[in-house]
Amino acid sequence: MHAEVDERGFQERLDAGIKIEPKDWMPEAYRATLVRQISQHAHSEIVGQLPEGNWITRAPTLKRKAILLAKVQDEAGHGLYLYSAVETLGVTRNQTIEDLLAGKAKYSSIFNYPTLTWADIGMIGWLVDGAAIVNQIPLCRCSYGPYARAMVRICKEENFHQRQGFDILLKLSRGTAAQKSMAQDALDRWWWPSLMMHGPPDAESKHSLQSMRWKIKLFSNDELRRKFVDQIAPQAVYLGLEIPDPDLKWNAARGHYDFGKIDWDEFYSVVKGNGPCNRDRLRTRIEAHEKGAWVREAAAAYAEKKRAGPEAA
Amino acid sequence: MKTGNALFEYLLRLGDNCLILSQRLSEWCGHGPVLEEDIALTNVALDLLGQARFWLSYAGEIEGAGRDEDQLAFLREAGEFRNALLLEQPNGHYGETTARQFYFDAWHYLALKELRHSSDARVAEIAEKALKEVSYHLQRSADWVIRLGDGTEESHRRMQSSLDDLWMYTGELFEMDSIDEQMLRQGIGIDLAVLRLSWLEHVEKTLAQATLQLPAGNWMRRGGKQGVHTEKLGFLLAEMQFLQRAYPGAQW
Amino acid sequence: MSDWPLWEVFIRSQHGLAHKHVGSLHAPDAEMAMKNARDVYTRRNEGISIWVVRSSDITASSPADKEVLFEPANSKVYRYPGFYEVPEGIEHL
Repeated sequence: MHAEVDERGFQERLDAGIKIEPKDWMPEAYRATLVRQISQHAHSEIVGQLPEGNWITRAPTLKRKAILLAKVQDEAGHGLYLYSAVETLGVTRNQTIEDLLAGKAKYSSIFNYPTLTWADIGMIGWLVDGAAIVNQIPLCRCSYGPYARAMVRICKEENFHQRQGFDILLKLSRGTAAQKSMAQDALDRWWWPSLMMHGPPDAESKHSLQSMRWKIKLFSNDELRRKFVDQIAPQAVYLGLEIPDPDLKWNAARGHYDFGKIDWDEFYSVVKGNGPCNRDRLRTRIEAHEKGAWVREAAAAYAEKKRAGPEAA
Repeated sequence: MKTGNALFEYLLRLGDNCLILSQRLSEWCGHGPVLEEDIALTNVALDLLGQARFWLSYAGEIEGAGRDEDQLAFLREAGEFRNALLLEQPNGHYGETTARQFYFDAWHYLALKELRHSSDARVAEIAEKALKEVSYHLQRSADWVIRLGDGTEESHRRMQSSLDDLWMYTGELFEMDSIDEQMLRQGIGIDLAVLRLSWLEHVEKTLAQATLQLPAGNWMRRGGKQGVHTEKLGFLLAEMQFLQRAYPGAQW
Repeated sequence: MSDWPLWEVFIRSQHGLAHKHVGSLHAPDAEMAMKNARDVYTRRNEGISIWVVRSSDITASSPADKEVLFEPANSKVYRYPGFYEVPEGIEHL
């Protein structure tokens, strides 16, 4: 006979900073929210391989090629750690992936934008990974053990991701006129989508409040966004790049940067499937999955033969 | 030929093999049949890229004309590349990639084992380090040849035809030309012809385990070492070299 | 779609004394699980020894039984050396 911990007891454990582990009792809504959040995060890593992977074969030096390969490989690894975390909640990786390919699961909207120049790769490292880091570090302290541990591993690896992005842009900013304008053009296209990455404004964010009580979200979207802008704005100055926001201004009274209005119509449109690359990204993932089916089946068939033993051949 | 010139050519051959194959493998990143394979294959690409950089950097030093690894990689024409034709063949499906990888890994492993004893200290050093990585590559590609060969009927069929199709590119790996002979005489390079028997032995053993047939056929396509390539290399280089060609002299 | 079973991965690091659980992955068999573990979990020099175990082969204690399984050990203080008084002057005890 198993004793059941009720919701109040569960919340007390969370408030006491005790981690919830896979076999612990948890409210169904907590479990469902985690499954959704962690799998969205995992899908983002996997889909995120595509815009950057786009430039591996065209990296301008062998060193940059090696760095980019290692970075994109890390993203695959992050996806893997996160899918593993979801599996502890009773959902197989197969099921999770099927939802993605069927268009039922979401992933970070930022990866629906195209990488059109080498400078875009710098932007992804600097802005997109920068935004991800702001979100991920607090998650290392989240209430669900496997998720927290995956995040610790991810954060250790993520450090070099942002630095290599900044490094790419630093080189461009000290380069030829064509390179400088390549960098500026990339910033013009990636700035606003990066701000949107942190999610809708707090007032419109359905799940946030409950997720914060459950300690699977530690800061609100607006807080993360503000933190991000405060960190990035001075770096842009150093790079000699102009952030495409005429309202971006340091506010001494508040101790933070003020910034302009975000076009939330664009955000919701992309989230609904109408961003520049949504269809492409999904088609690419579906294709890889389908083309690889015979390979996966072959390996499984071989393993089965070996398990059955030589006399069964 | 002057030793310096011959050694330069020799190093380009070793480096270009690794560079071109690494470039092909990196095309799989994000498109692999399963996440774990994506990561594993990228490791192989990274290993080979690292080896290419060592070989090409050394080649640049030997040439003494101020060319570094990037200038050699990004500013040579197709006719100046010295890789074996096998490596520039396209990825195709996973069976074709596996066949190309296995044929090469088996050769690469044997070649590096000998190159470790080169009278040139730097060659020996690079080979020693690379051998550790390539031993693993060979285990991996053999594993996949076996699983695809002895998996399902479809995988068996695909794997067999991949091996058959790429067979004609394997002969070149064991041919000795005047540069190879010169390097061998000087104790710097190795006897490629002698490797062939060990290679065949290893390949046959793995194929047998995989329930696959060793392809037949004596006609071999050649020319990589002389810079006479297949039509595939031009496209690969156009993609790889684009930024450096479009922005001459820029730093990245 | 064929299923590759789930494996749990344990790594002992260079300076470690015991294998630590680092995560899981999918592989068709033990051989591939080992190699995949090496490729996924040791890219940053994290390990010198790898164990892979099919997840289904792991027997785990139930959180509900925590008290019954582990509480009794808490009160047996005589298992700790500090429980015993050592007379002054006695060495190597």
